[in-house]
Amino acid sequence: MHRGKGMKFVGDSRVPAGRKPNIPKDYSEFPGKTEAFWPNFLLKEWLVGAVFLIGYLCLTVAHPSPLERMADPTDSGYIPLPDWYFLFLYQLLKYEYASSEFTVIGAVIIPGLAFGALMLAPWLDNGPERKASRRPIASGLMILGVLATVYLTWESVDHHDWEAAAEQGEMLDEEEQEAMEEVDTDAEGYQIFSDQGCISCHGDQLQGTGAAGPSLYDTQYDAETIQEIAVEGIGEMPAGQFDGSDEELETLAEYIASGGNPDSGGGESEDSTEEEAGENTGDVEE
Amino acid sequence: MLQRVYEWVDERLDITPMWRDIADHEVPEHVNPAHHFSAFVYCFGGLTFFITVIQILSGMFLTMYYVPDIVNAYESVRYLQGDVAYGTIVRGMHHWGASLVIVMIFLHTLRVFFTGAYKKPRELNWVVGVLIFFVMLGLGFTGYLLPWDMKAYFATVVGLQIAESVPLVGTLAKTLLAGDPEIIGAQTLTRFFAIHVFFLPGALLGLLAAHFIMIRRQGISGPL
Repeated sequence: MHRGKGMKFVGDSRVPAGRKPNIPKDYSEFPGKTEAFWPNFLLKEWLVGAVFLIGYLCLTVAHPSPLERMADPTDSGYIPLPDWYFLFLYQLLKYEYASSEFTVIGAVIIPGLAFGALMLAPWLDNGPERKASRRPIASGLMILGVLATVYLTWESVDHHDWEAAAEQGEMLDEEEQEAMEEVDTDAEGYQIFSDQGCISCHGDQLQGTGAAGPSLYDTQYDAETIQEIAVEGIGEMPAGQFDGSDEELETLAEYIASGGNPDSGGGESEDSTEEEAGENTGDVEE
Repeated sequence: MLQRVYEWVDERLDITPMWRDIADHEVPEHVNPAHHFSAFVYCFGGLTFFITVIQILSGMFLTMYYVPDIVNAYESVRYLQGDVAYGTIVRGMHHWGASLVIVMIFLHTLRVFFTGAYKKPRELNWVVGVLIFFVMLGLGFTGYLLPWDMKAYFATVVGLQIAESVPLVGTLAKTLLAGDPEIIGAQTLTRFFAIHVFFLPGALLGLLAAHFIMIRRQGISGPL
């Protein structure tokens, strides 16, 4: 670098007047088949990147990103699932000695040790040897860590009920959305629905709560069958859920059979709703 | 013409040294898949950066439609996905990119570990890399809530429960993230949005700059 007296600058700036030629270094004398990054290697990288991008775009087209129905914090039956790269931690916290009173072990100590060791690896493994086979303890621990993570992720995926999960998060289609919004919460039937505790499993809009209870606003049963179910139960629903007068039972059954909308008729009096009900049944059969 | 523009700027700002610093570095034989195919393991770091760039670009486009409040968040995502031209592609790239970037950064970490590239004098670069990994996981966690659907909400509930179970600072950490020690709702969504879009990307860019300056300064580790 030119220093001292006689330095020339561009105008009154601090930029030296002498210019550096814009010529790449010569790598021909470097050991082995060294290549210049710019532009030789970058061009090849670009080609690989383009192929990668095409694969990536194919993936986004073949598998559009999922969207479930809108978050409903009151849905107590929903089985949560984090994104796949947190599953190992999620699974770890399910084991007896890593959960409830031992939560600190599963949530802080084990991950803390693992990630702490990862971060401090250069000082824990500070020998000069670089080959993985010549530092068996470090390599062994890393392999063990990776295997444990893979195993925990695998177990978590295996334990998860994917079919129930797909069902519980399903988006409502427009007809269902409409039917749900039309639920009349001022009706006498709704009062009974709420007082009898149906609401805790079948939701405050008859929308159901995922795993605990199915939705009722588009039920296919008629009033008589609903009376029976309310008393005797069906499937996972236990018997003896209804505890009231026969009159109340009748009102409730009619209310549910009408899809929670007794005034506009649930299919017996008005033609338009009858058609809608028919379409709904068709959807279910598909 | 272009050359004259370059020279005009260079005369005033002397940009050639900066440009040569960026462009002039060697690619040694042992990391070049053109010479040794097994050297493809050295591509994972570059691919991580490539996907990060895609994440930043697609994320910028997503915020043109996304509304971070509990009434409209879900609807805005549904509109983006269903009605906006190419909205499915942009959201799809951001969604799948989030997974791919974790895969790539994981492979990159394994490559650096098993080639012993984190050893002296590259300890600091390894630490910065691990911090980048944590920031990426944080971005994944906060971004998962933003569509405000069932899956998003309940995964966040579980995540915040885990944060809460940390002794001493647990409740504080949860309050900081969720905006309230108990409720996971409107505040949580806006906070996660801010963390996902401003705080963590800011940290990420700083760490990436440090990562790249260090690798340029020290050069890539030699052959085994």
